[in-house]
Amino acid sequence: MAKLIAQLRLIATVLALAFVVALAAPLRPALGQADPNSHAVNEQQLLKQLKVIQGLGTIPDTKSYVLEHPAGRDWREFRTVTLKWIGGIAILGMIALLIIFYLWRGPMRVHAGYSGIKIQRFNVFERFVHWLTASTFVVLAITGLNISFGRSLLLPLMPPQAFSDWSEWAKYAHNYLSFAFTIGAVLMFLMWIGRNFPTAADAQWLKMGGGMFDKTDTTHAPAYKFNAGQKLLFWLIVLASAAMIISGFMLLFPFYYGLNVGDMELAEVFHGVVGVLFISLICAHIYLGTAGMEGAFEAMSDGMVDVNWAKEHHSLWYEEEVQSGTIKAGAMRPAE
Amino acid sequence: MARMKFLCDADRCIECNACVTACKNEHEVPWGINRRRVVTLNDGKPGERSVSMACMHCTDAPCAAVCPVDAFYTTADAVVLHSKDICIGCGYCFYACPFGAPQYPKVGNFGSRGKMDKCTFCAGGPEADGSKEEYEKYGANRLAEGKLPLCAEMCSTKSLLAGDGDVIAKIYKERVAKRGYGSGAWGWQTAYHETIAT
Repeated sequence: MAKLIAQLRLIATVLALAFVVALAAPLRPALGQADPNSHAVNEQQLLKQLKVIQGLGTIPDTKSYVLEHPAGRDWREFRTVTLKWIGGIAILGMIALLIIFYLWRGPMRVHAGYSGIKIQRFNVFERFVHWLTASTFVVLAITGLNISFGRSLLLPLMPPQAFSDWSEWAKYAHNYLSFAFTIGAVLMFLMWIGRNFPTAADAQWLKMGGGMFDKTDTTHAPAYKFNAGQKLLFWLIVLASAAMIISGFMLLFPFYYGLNVGDMELAEVFHGVVGVLFISLICAHIYLGTAGMEGAFEAMSDGMVDVNWAKEHHSLWYEEEVQSGTIKAGAMRPAE
Repeated sequence: MARMKFLCDADRCIECNACVTACKNEHEVPWGINRRRVVTLNDGKPGERSVSMACMHCTDAPCAAVCPVDAFYTTADAVVLHSKDICIGCGYCFYACPFGAPQYPKVGNFGSRGKMDKCTFCAGGPEADGSKEEYEKYGANRLAEGKLPLCAEMCSTKSLLAGDGDVIAKIYKERVAKRGYGSGAWGWQTAYHETIAT
């Protein structure tokens, strides 16, 4: 009897269990039937894995197949915060340094005074190439700064429509003058590269700081046509120009040759950072070529420099010119 | 005032592209410009999903932040709009946009871009509501007429939802609860810094 009750209890339990299972079964998918969500793409997972969600579309514009790319946020941070700090420190810092240097040092003078006799330092072609590059650089710099800083600095001072009109012209100037700048930079590179390889005299020039820090203007390091500082400037300009031209043409021809939005952002970051550093460098160059050194600007304006200027600042070049007979006997007359 | 949002329920989207066509037709969008597009992920594989994407009208919009001429503004309905009179076509908003929304007509040589065009949430632009100038520059202003964006209104599977963010979030939540799954509110975390808990 007890055995029968135990058997009945077992059957009842089995039946009850079967009933529960049977009830529960329709609530979850039967074996083999696909769960519509089991393989479904997951946004957060995709973003974590790839940083960008890309699929396929049906329109010819392939860059529209990128569904989401939150990295634009990093680029935004760069443009609205980082670049402003880098640019502000590089450019304003350089201007501040130059003003302090000018106040402390004053312009570098020709110690022996002007002789009144001039010799040619840069011929008309050199000056043309320099000013082609320089004038386009100034326009590119101002219009470039406008894109990055205009909204914060200029827009509050003028009506929005006027700022927009100016910015649109600035954009066209920036785009089209880039070609003229490129020609200038390439010609400058080819024209002066031969004179810009390091020589033994450069080490001495650097050791003496080029005489720049001697307020009495009596320290003069020997130098050929270009001193070590100018050679450094030349190579920095070559590198910076190359960087600006390459990244600039990437921006001018957006999304060409399979460039994606990440590449474009990278090009813009590169263009912005090198751009502000380049402007900072050119500020120093402009200072040394004008207010910073007596008699330097003439070299690039009419191409002629005073003989005493040449002797003091580019002694080895002066000797070369004398030996090659470029300078007439009269020009060799001492200034005293 | 409502906080307007888009929500594409990817589990419902059948990639019919009717939203794209409706948008183009409603606003007379020129060739080469797509204010809305459908992107298919994992095409042909298990778990394939399609998402209809346009400007999401972000909170603290990145396009507005990087614009060099401050052409963007946000309406009381939190719709991100821009002025084509102010825009200079520099293309920066496309780099900053997480959703690839800004579009540029190709004008002239090289990569030179015309005034940016993008989804307006069918809310026009700075010109007077419903004016001819507004229509020519930005397309129809349905919001001013009390209507919601056409892409969502005519979506055959009601995958694409547009309207008050709280309302569409509630609809989506109910759907997910009822059918037992949902691949999420695409783009919400990126656009609105919040998503829908389901």
